[in-house]
Amino acid sequence: MRRGITATALVATLALAATACGGDEESSGKSGSGELEGTVTWWDTSTVGSEDKVFKKLAEDFEAKHKGVDVKYVNVPFGEAQNKFKNAAQSGSGAPDVIRSEVAWTPEFADLGYLAPLDGTAALKDEKDFVPQAAASTKYDDKTYAVPQVIDSLGIFYNKKLFKDAGVEVPTTIAELKTVSKAVKDRTGKTGMYLRGDDAYWFLSFLYGEGGDLVDAKDKTVTVDSPAGVKAMEVVKDLVDSGAAKTDATDGWENMQAAFKEGDVAMMINGPWAIADTYAGPQFKDKANLGVAPVPAGSAGQGAPQGGHNLAVYAGSKNLDASYAFIEYMSSAESQARITTELNLLPTRTSVYSRPEVAKNEIVGFFKPVVDKAIERPWIPETGSLFAPLVTEYTKVLTGQTTPEKGVRTTGDSYRELLKGWK
Amino acid sequence: MAVHTGQSVAKAAGDFEVARGRSRGTGKPPGGLRRSLSTHWYAWAMVAPVVAVIGVIVGYPLVRGIYLSLTDANERNVERNIGVNHLPATYEFVGLDNYADALTGGQFLSTLGWTLVWTVSCVGLTFVLGLTLANILNRRIAGRSAYRMMLILPWAVPGFVSVFAWRFLYNEDRGFLNKLLAGGGIDAVPWLNDPTWAKFSVIAVNIWLGVPFMLVALLGGLQSIPGEMYEAAEMDGAGPWQRFRHITMPGLRSVSATVILLSTIWTFNMFPVIFLLTRGGPGEATQILVTQAYKFSFEISPRDFAQSSTWGVLILVLLMIFAVVYQRVLRKQGDTW
Repeated sequence: MRRGITATALVATLALAATACGGDEESSGKSGSGELEGTVTWWDTSTVGSEDKVFKKLAEDFEAKHKGVDVKYVNVPFGEAQNKFKNAAQSGSGAPDVIRSEVAWTPEFADLGYLAPLDGTAALKDEKDFVPQAAASTKYDDKTYAVPQVIDSLGIFYNKKLFKDAGVEVPTTIAELKTVSKAVKDRTGKTGMYLRGDDAYWFLSFLYGEGGDLVDAKDKTVTVDSPAGVKAMEVVKDLVDSGAAKTDATDGWENMQAAFKEGDVAMMINGPWAIADTYAGPQFKDKANLGVAPVPAGSAGQGAPQGGHNLAVYAGSKNLDASYAFIEYMSSAESQARITTELNLLPTRTSVYSRPEVAKNEIVGFFKPVVDKAIERPWIPETGSLFAPLVTEYTKVLTGQTTPEKGVRTTGDSYRELLKGWK
Repeated sequence: MAVHTGQSVAKAAGDFEVARGRSRGTGKPPGGLRRSLSTHWYAWAMVAPVVAVIGVIVGYPLVRGIYLSLTDANERNVERNIGVNHLPATYEFVGLDNYADALTGGQFLSTLGWTLVWTVSCVGLTFVLGLTLANILNRRIAGRSAYRMMLILPWAVPGFVSVFAWRFLYNEDRGFLNKLLAGGGIDAVPWLNDPTWAKFSVIAVNIWLGVPFMLVALLGGLQSIPGEMYEAAEMDGAGPWQRFRHITMPGLRSVSATVILLSTIWTFNMFPVIFLLTRGGPGEATQILVTQAYKFSFEISPRDFAQSSTWGVLILVLLMIFAVVYQRVLRKQGDTW
């Protein structure tokens, strides 16, 4: 599959290069009459089977609006996109024109010189309208390198029917989560919760819950190996060891979605991007069966990370003007409203929230306050590099190959190697 | 043509001796290179394209890899061409620091330890299984060709396809293997989620993939042993074990020496099985040297090209040492390999 995508991207780029060689007018993406033309290759990272359909449809509508532009839609699995883009962008061949860049990747790509600054271009329309939190990750070194597409956070998803069968209420703390899990197991035979063990992003709400964080960018200090970090590792390990949650070291996303959609587990921690896929499951034919609540609080309180996706333009794109126009279209208020109605994703424009169809959306109504108080990560180039060392140790802790103390200490050591001069 | 070149080599060598013996008036022996060029220009012209291609596809990456391993190159300081922007390389030469770090740090040695366990158990078990099956299939049994076809099947399917199939089979909740076990009342086995089971699982898949090659190679070896030898041994009263020990094993020596060497090198660097099955996980439990080198170069961030090349060069050195030692041992035992 990887090869297929690379090949497609290569062919697309070759086609792009071939068309771009036609003349100066074409390489600027505008014909003599001022009409946009050429090919825009877009790497999307959304979930295949649910989200991708809507984004593909939007791209087609853009093509209909600009007859001369051909949008090549390529879906790159989210887990691979960061490295794939860096490989392609560095060599200068096979890179897309537009990339859906996760918030933490954006400063890194910008720092490496892979992204085109968007200030003063057509891409940044009504800049003031963007939610400040969402716009924060698009800025690097006083320039804007991306346009926020969606914003999100984490919450606890639960199966209302299973909860009713077990006679339990939504847990608000980790301790309650454990008793709820036990009740679910005893009364329905199902597992309480699914916890992603192969992706450290899902660890963040537990870390924040104990009052910890990965790093403190203000004081230039690594904080993951603080006592709070150890405590958080102990909490997740205890959830898995006690049977309150189950986990996997591989294929976590597929297993989590399958287990929750089929009613094998009663809860999972997840974000708005999982809503469309979850509704497709047999347990949620009646959409009302899905409940969403804030993540359970740890000993220091309740906290969830702020995430989301941006759209950015590759600095080496041969078709900058059409790419800017495409980004502008994809992040326009109309497009965002459509994405929200069809996929329940959270818009990044303040004005969209007041539209009637968005205002009455229950998922948005739940996640908006969560996002408002979600914990923002430092938007430094290294933020995108913090998960790779953490996930190795996180999985090791969950599978009993190391202790929580050693796990966070090893993670902290690699962070200090990465962030030169930090404490 | 081979004969022709052989002759001219002998002739050229002879000429050279004569020339040196007679000592011409100039007192300067003619350039050996020029002479060999004028005599063998045709042979040189024939091998030139091959030398050029090998130089480009093997030599250049090798030299570049060795060079990078002596620097501190990573994705932040290498040369980048992005559209009109050109960012020049700013990495520096650091000598043997990377090698010192790799050999004194725990990570390389612990990964090497598991890589050795993985290689020895895979090659050993694959060889034993391949030899057993080859012996069974070398007899006249009913449906022999059908069995042969079926046993070669894992080889005929592209490697990544079968590895993905195994990944589905191993899935803890939804995989076929655990459903089968559940039918027998056995609890689900965490095939890829537990470090020890994951090690077992990757070895099992690699054996499954490697047996057909062993089988075919050893079967060929078995068929080249003359049947008369077995008949003569039987006449002399040798039992089945004695026949196997004293006729089959010596008869297979040259074939098995080659397949063990090849299989060791392949298994040591068996990237797809580990990468597609576990990605080296859980944690780093099944990470072998080559998957870890890949991880340095493509998965961590910033991608560390220097460390990755260092591990690559170390892998090359280890395998070369192995090949040389292996050859020595075989030669000592009287094989002209």
